[in-house]
Amino acid sequence: MAEYILLLISAILVNNFVLTRFLGICPFLGVSKKLSTALGMCGAVIFVMTSGSAVTWAVQHKILNPLGLGYLQTIAFILVIAAFVQLVDIIMKKFLPALHGALGIYLPLITTNCAVLGVAVLNIQLEYSLLKAVFFGFAASLGFSLALVIFTGLREKIDRANPPRAFQGVAIGLITAGLLSLAFMGFANMVK
Amino acid sequence: MDWMPVLITSGTIGGVGLACGSALALAAKFLSVPEDPKIAELEGILPGVNCGGCGFAGCADYAKAIASGAASVDLCAPGGPDVLKKLAAATGQEATATEKQVAMVLCQGNEHRAVHKHIYNGVADCNAAAMVAGGDMLCTYGCLGYGSCAFVCPVGAIAIKENLATIHPELCIGCKACIKACPRGIIRMVPESRSVHVLCSSKDKGPVAKKACQVACIGCKMCVKLGGEAFEMDGFLAKRNYAIPATSDTAIEKCPGKCIVKIGASEATTQTAPADGAPSGSHA
Repeated sequence: MAEYILLLISAILVNNFVLTRFLGICPFLGVSKKLSTALGMCGAVIFVMTSGSAVTWAVQHKILNPLGLGYLQTIAFILVIAAFVQLVDIIMKKFLPALHGALGIYLPLITTNCAVLGVAVLNIQLEYSLLKAVFFGFAASLGFSLALVIFTGLREKIDRANPPRAFQGVAIGLITAGLLSLAFMGFANMVK
Repeated sequence: MDWMPVLITSGTIGGVGLACGSALALAAKFLSVPEDPKIAELEGILPGVNCGGCGFAGCADYAKAIASGAASVDLCAPGGPDVLKKLAAATGQEATATEKQVAMVLCQGNEHRAVHKHIYNGVADCNAAAMVAGGDMLCTYGCLGYGSCAFVCPVGAIAIKENLATIHPELCIGCKACIKACPRGIIRMVPESRSVHVLCSSKDKGPVAKKACQVACIGCKMCVKLGGEAFEMDGFLAKRNYAIPATSDTAIEKCPGKCIVKIGASEATTQTAPADGAPSGSHA
């Protein structure tokens, strides 16, 4: 139990996917202008990373490893995650139209994201069990969501505070992201 | 050379790909949600600015609502009569001609004309400024000039000049986003063909209003006497009755507050009343 709690803290604060590992920067910068869209993205990321962890774990241990094809990990994972998310998208549209309306447009955006692939590869490298892999995927996506929501809040305020012309838009956004990352460095080595 | 690893590799990846592909193909076939072809057609007619003025989340959503019968065809302000006609033809609903309405800021108090009460240096946002002691202007009705309306305008039709928002009627698509954003509630929709406006929203008595702004309505009723039914009084504030065209310019010339202005060409005398029940001005 303690192991899982430490894993949760580690994935959210200490080894945050965006701010410490620098994965998933694209949606981090892309959909952080409005809180409502950021929250939609968070939902999609939590869903895809958690379920993607399970699927890729199964692919690695049931298909690639028995055949001795571990080196095909990257290409196989991208293929499987993309198809899986697409499938979920179709199923959701049919049976859960409300949820599809909320997450629908963000799901395809996150399909082949490096954070999603990163968590899948890390699960294998760290030799996690299936349960642990899924939990790690969930925790990592929570960390991503935390970073995205904090960043969006900061950007919304900064946009209204009239920064000097040269810094407006992406420039001040990148500086903010850098400072936020520095702040998260304060958690370094708290948990391995 | 041993070809086995190559075959196993390509076979595995190919097999996984094939399995994924067939699963998707089957899912698309058996789980597809039938979509009304009308939705695509209606979406093609709509202007696609996604302004949200109709009350739906973008043009696609509105098209869906029309197709399902949940919405009428006359909600698209940017589209104007053209789109209305096409939508009506596509759905078989009857089109009622409506005149295009544009947004207008009923205030002329820029930084030279209106008096500041205190200096506000918080975030540049009207809603935030209005929260600090009711705004930084002495007039509690006038434009704050921090551009919350310009920020939400989807077409950039609002200019902030000398701390006063001005809407360019030729650019306005009538989505009403600015009306929702303005904390003062001084933006209202006016028929596009009308050119004479009372650009003041101060309900204060004459002396109070005059102290706060050089171009305030002082409630002298001069315009009502001279302009007839084209103007009407709401307490100490004159308002334009847009159902009646303002034909003579005497009210504009005689207005002591200089708050009646003419923008663009003279108003035509023959004029159909605006379709949304002729806003009388008393409930702006």
